[in-house]
Amino acid sequence: MSLVARVLEAGGISTVTYTNARDIAASAGNPRQIFLNYPLGNPTGRPHDPENQRSVLREGLKLLENADRPGIIVDLSYSWSDSDEWMEKFMTDEQPFISEDAEARRQELLQNAREQKARKLK
Amino acid sequence: MDYIRYIEKTHEYYRGLGYDKTYNYAHNEDIPFTPLNKPLSECRVTLVTTASFILLDEGGIPLEKPGMIGTNELEVFTAPNDRPADRILSTSQDHDRYQTDMADVNAYFPVTRLQELLEERMFGSLSRNYYRTLPNYSHRKTTEVDGPEILRLCREDHVDVALLTPV
Repeated sequence: MSLVARVLEAGGISTVTYTNARDIAASAGNPRQIFLNYPLGNPTGRPHDPENQRSVLREGLKLLENADRPGIIVDLSYSWSDSDEWMEKFMTDEQPFISEDAEARRQELLQNAREQKARKLK
Repeated sequence: MDYIRYIEKTHEYYRGLGYDKTYNYAHNEDIPFTPLNKPLSECRVTLVTTASFILLDEGGIPLEKPGMIGTNELEVFTAPNDRPADRILSTSQDHDRYQTDMADVNAYFPVTRLQELLEERMFGSLSRNYYRTLPNYSHRKTTEVDGPEILRLCREDHVDVALLTPV
């Protein structure tokens, strides 16, 4: 997504990216990042909490108005829960990131794409 | 403040599963920048996401097939800005499913919230369409095909500002 932000920005459109993965956007050279330390899937706020979602969105608009240089990251202070357990458990044996079904489906699609490409090259 | 280092964590995780090649995250030192050149109150705003979802019609019937990853077809989709949140159905495999589900569209594709912020006059207008692209494993394709296509569509729609939501 940060690569799209870079293309838009280079083309004259100002961007702000709302993220749950601070390091990925920072590494890619994202122009303006609002980092919300929630689990992957909630870049614009807590589900079913409209007030929180509006606040998160407003932070991005504020950053657009105030940013005077590229690469600014705003770390929002909201926390997902009182405990850090959700961060510790991410991508562990107890909570694998990909389900077997999803991984099998992904491999199948990638294999199809490779075969298609191989056919085109022939 | 502590947060998950996803790049490090992903590399460890896939190595542990026996993959010798792990995902190659983009890395850039230079950063392009377009400062806001007019007041937000005059800006046209769009929304761009990598969240996977399908649009439903009034009766809840899918209007489109779930997108395919890994193909080289053009993978930019539009969604009208007034699509009701309950007519959008997540097909995401990329969220932390132990912590959250994707039932509330506004937590990753804030269609309702943006209409509310428009009513509050936080910005000038919303673009006719919002844009979706699938998370792509090819940096080249994102940078040379999908990104430029989104830029073209945004220009056509006179967009000044893009809000991006990666999932």
